[in-house]
Amino acid sequence: MDARLDLAGLTGARDPIAHGDVLLDVRNVSLSFGGVKAIADISFDVRKGEIRAIIGPNGAGKTSMLNVINGFYTAQHGSIVFRGRERRAMKAHEAVGQGIARTFQNVALFKGMSTLDNIMAGRSVMMRRGLFWQMLRHGPALAEEIEHREKVEEIIDFLEIEHIRHTPVGKLPYGLQKRVELGRSLAMEPVLLLLDEPMAGMNLEEKEDMSRFIVEVNRQRGTTIALIEHDMGVVMDLSDRIVVLDYGKKIADGPPEAVKTNKDLIDAYLGVAH
Amino acid sequence: MLYRTAGQFKTSYEADFALFPVRQDALLLGVILLFAWLIFPLTASDFAFQTLLIPVLIYSLASLGLNLLTGYAGQLSLGTAAFMGVGAYACYKITTIFPGINLLVALALAGFFPAAIGIVFGLPSLRIKGFYLAIATLAAQFFLVWLFEKWAWLYNYNTSGAIQVPNIRMFGVYVAGPQAASITQYYFVLFVVCLITWFSINITRGRIGRIWKAVRDMDIAAELVGINLMRAKLSAFAISSYVAGVSGALFVFLWRGAAEPNLFDVQLSFRILFIAIIGGLGSILGNFLGAILIVALPVVLNWIPGLFGFSIESAVLQHINTMIIGALIIFFLIVEPLGLARLWGIAREKLILWPFPH
Repeated sequence: MDARLDLAGLTGARDPIAHGDVLLDVRNVSLSFGGVKAIADISFDVRKGEIRAIIGPNGAGKTSMLNVINGFYTAQHGSIVFRGRERRAMKAHEAVGQGIARTFQNVALFKGMSTLDNIMAGRSVMMRRGLFWQMLRHGPALAEEIEHREKVEEIIDFLEIEHIRHTPVGKLPYGLQKRVELGRSLAMEPVLLLLDEPMAGMNLEEKEDMSRFIVEVNRQRGTTIALIEHDMGVVMDLSDRIVVLDYGKKIADGPPEAVKTNKDLIDAYLGVAH
Repeated sequence: MLYRTAGQFKTSYEADFALFPVRQDALLLGVILLFAWLIFPLTASDFAFQTLLIPVLIYSLASLGLNLLTGYAGQLSLGTAAFMGVGAYACYKITTIFPGINLLVALALAGFFPAAIGIVFGLPSLRIKGFYLAIATLAAQFFLVWLFEKWAWLYNYNTSGAIQVPNIRMFGVYVAGPQAASITQYYFVLFVVCLITWFSINITRGRIGRIWKAVRDMDIAAELVGINLMRAKLSAFAISSYVAGVSGALFVFLWRGAAEPNLFDVQLSFRILFIAIIGGLGSILGNFLGAILIVALPVVLNWIPGLFGFSIESAVLQHINTMIIGALIIFFLIVEPLGLARLWGIAREKLILWPFPH
């Protein structure tokens, strides 16, 4: 069985929003911690099926933006509309139910668990069997476990991590850990995938692999991706549209070619007397 | 050679999910069960039942309860003894209110009381972690022991303030109380311990176990894969306290025969925490290894001087025992935080590879 074929259409079908429509709309969001304004009145949108990059120098508010999107922080002003529904505050674990998954800048895996268990943990919200069947681990509970294992094996196959299936992730090298983390977020079958610096600290080869996985996830599963990345070569090649933040403000937004020549962007990165 | 895994292939996910993917492990467990169910009971003396076999099983179960909470869900607790006490008193009240009740049913029901109280005292875990949580569970320890002393209804208003286990029969045979034979009590305890251990293994391998381990390893990431932290932590407190409560009821009904409130003091909590640490946090097997070590050590120490033809005062022996246990805890915390179970894991990996070095 070709796992790749199966991956397509896993998520696309259940979403009423058509390809190219606005999936996530961030409207005038502001967030501050005490006196520090992390995000000041930022608006942008993410369209279904695209790869949207968020770039900017350190401390620009990129990660804070992702945290607001998946409910980890609550914005003081503005609103977020996801799949046509507006929301202000929610618990972080509710974001998964709405179809938002994310990875972290510094790997946030469950270190004591195997690769397989880590990815299976990504599906724990979809598993339903209660304590009674869990205690027996026969019949429905085992059937459910095997059903989800098959889905997880498809992801393991896709990410080419078969050989480390039973290895505790704490023992894995950094590049593989990043891959397992991507696997865990894919296991949640997200509509919108948020990637926080998926290629930080990787060598060229690992970056190429990771870029390939991101593009394939986007094309084959139809998953919309919003990513933060510092490697400009990768960002310009991968993304359909880019939003540029600096000091919590949006300074540019548009396709790579337009952003590349933007004066403010160059100033932000190369520095200019403020 | 003994542990060679070559040639054992798995052709289905079900086979890969089996408890013992390696055939020799299943064989080894079979041998251990054979000893536990047949050879020990046939050969053991009354003394061996009362000082080794039964306490090892009961302490293992108590430690298993703690391990589900601390080793799997990562919530440090110092209140195990109090939850055991709630189980024991609940079982006592159930057997006095319904005198003819089957003891197994009484035990199963008694577990729900510590489970409920465990949830209440687990509420601070939603806000605080680690050592601060341990202090909060210490509140349970002191409050509940105080309650056992002051609430006379719990011990049926008798003057001694202690609970006495009555003679309880099951299918015509005495299983608890002064008239019960050690061997019946042993089989009763063994049955309960085997059953709960099997359930616990299944829980820790499935969805709930993964959720607990995720919360233990990184709670923020667990929340962002959609795990409800409140439910995960409180379910760990409930199930852990249930198991601890059942072990407490066994402790009094099938072993000690009577209990005063201070039997469940903080000393016992620490003893069980030591068993879990020495045995290995996050392991089911570890509870049994730890309990064997802690229970057998004083017995062996008593026996060694006689072997060499000299005698040591029992007070001195007790000090030696305390010193050895203290040293072992320091040793394990520094050298092998995952305890005896991890040592066995390393030995097993070596055996699988043997005679090759890699």
